Amino acid sequence: MTVEAIHHARRARALRRGWLLGALAALLIALFWAAVMVGDTFYGPGIVWQVLTGQDSGGADFIVGKLRLPRATLGVLAGAAFGIAGVTFQTMLRNPLASPDIIGIDAGAATAAVAAIVVFSMSGAQVSIVALVAALATAAAIYLLSIKSGFRGTRLILIGIGIAAFLNSITAYLLSKAAQWDLQAAMRWLTGSLNSASWDDVRPVAIAMLVILPVLLIKSRDLGMLRMGDDAAAALGVRVNRSRIILIIGAVALLAFATAACGPIAFVAFMAGPIAARIVGPGGSLIVPAALVGAILVVASDMLGQHAFEHRYPVGIVTGVLGAPFLLYLLVKTNRSGGSI
Amino acid sequence: MTAARSLIAEDITLSYGDRTVVEHLDLELAPGRITAIVGANGCGKSTLLRALARLLPPRGGRVVLDGKALTTLHPKAVARVLGLLPQSPIAPEGILVADLVGRGRNPHQKLLASWTKEDYKAVADALEATGIADLAERPVDELSGGQRQRVWIAMALAQDPDILLLDEPTTFLDVTHQIEVLDLLHDLNIRRGTTIAMVLHDLNLAARYADELVAVHEGRVFAKGAPNDIVTEDLVEAVFGLDSTVILDPVSGTPLVIPIGRHRVG
Repeated sequence: MTVEAIHHARRARALRRGWLLGALAALLIALFWAAVMVGDTFYGPGIVWQVLTGQDSGGADFIVGKLRLPRATLGVLAGAAFGIAGVTFQTMLRNPLASPDIIGIDAGAATAAVAAIVVFSMSGAQVSIVALVAALATAAAIYLLSIKSGFRGTRLILIGIGIAAFLNSITAYLLSKAAQWDLQAAMRWLTGSLNSASWDDVRPVAIAMLVILPVLLIKSRDLGMLRMGDDAAAALGVRVNRSRIILIIGAVALLAFATAACGPIAFVAFMAGPIAARIVGPGGSLIVPAALVGAILVVASDMLGQHAFEHRYPVGIVTGVLGAPFLLYLLVKTNRSGGSI
Repeated sequence: MTAARSLIAEDITLSYGDRTVVEHLDLELAPGRITAIVGANGCGKSTLLRALARLLPPRGGRVVLDGKALTTLHPKAVARVLGLLPQSPIAPEGILVADLVGRGRNPHQKLLASWTKEDYKAVADALEATGIADLAERPVDELSGGQRQRVWIAMALAQDPDILLLDEPTTFLDVTHQIEVLDLLHDLNIRRGTTIAMVLHDLNLAARYADELVAVHEGRVFAKGAPNDIVTEDLVEAVFGLDSTVILDPVSGTPLVIPIGRHRVG
């Protein structure tokens, strides 16, 4: 194997990855436009463009600019955030089950939000802040419980699943005590929904994405190294504990901001990474591919939930229906090969 | 030839939590030579190797690389000089041989920078030296145990360390591949002048391939020296608690330990 041959093979792989990422991005853009155009009233691309560029577009201003655009934008940002957070955990712990929606971090946000609504009669931004703090606190609790004499991925996952079950039962108890008028607001925190998405919901998620994504991208090489085991990574000059803490805090914060905006959209964090891995293949970082897949999943599922059935369903119901069989598929496959994502 | 580097453990005490595994241990690795660390299960030999590689900070004492304590050096700077192959590293699913070997370049690469000429050359040389150039584009998952061990050694070679530490590099390999790996490490020691220190289970192979043998017992260096000087029936009894006869290996002229159990003794 000569230097040229290795160089050539690497370039070919990079090119292939570039095309695949380009295709995913194109699909996402197409879905975004479709989500903005389609609805009870159809608006053509010309009118959407007029709204986007701030020109007078008659009655489309409100429906496109205030309803559909923020909804689709939040879908893209939250989906990307869930995908990034999920794949970061899954890669770091070398297990597809390690995604934050399975190990109880989403459950922490949901329980706190429901408690805030039902018990403390909070609403709006207050609930979101409570959910955000709770997600971070749950992640910290799971991490601290699992580092007893050395960090173990499997232990963290099992502790996380236990905590999730515990939190879910608290949520169920709170809901059984809830007043009728609180149920509607509380339900959003169980499945996740883009209903009533506004620009006020979009802003914090967008800022979190702008701040956290570059950090995670810089750390993505260390993330790849950690997959070989702590000792192998450390022997190659990675500051294992520091990198791991930065990656965990970044991923949890991203997830928490997205969850605070639209609830825990079921299974997106869990599905995006493994799907992205199957599309772009092994070797490279999965952060960007998982972000694209997560965004595609949320926007596409929301369109399905809005328009495909007689009833309108929140996006979390659609992703939940897609995700449960996928979970079973991965469990069966993981058992067989002992493999990770 | 790489420059001879010195790696010295000075009065180190190592522990996991409350459990002290190694106490007040001194050890200097012979520069440019092959050192084998042997001892019974749980005697602290792997722990010692992890401390030498900066993976486990000593509770007391220090490990010194070229006159500087390891803990004061930048991790990447240490990794450019000192390589470690852990006992069971995990190959990311589906990764290709060339990509995995390329990860050995991490300590030489800047953040977000792409591969340089040196990176490509180091990877090509490492693949060549370990005889796996024709496997470069194959997924690591598909390889046999012996091939996979060569890939990991190639990764450590691409790292281009002057000192290479290996934790039981022959475990899980059949006898042919054990010899193959040890021959490969010997080649490396001769050609590049790399200082090698490895934990080995097989006392006879250790005695054959090591210039210097370190026998560890209950967290201390029990004996250290050329295998022909230190491997005796008394040493085997003291370190492993095993009755044995030591003869000369007819192939290599090094000590060969013949264990004596309760049965099948003529």
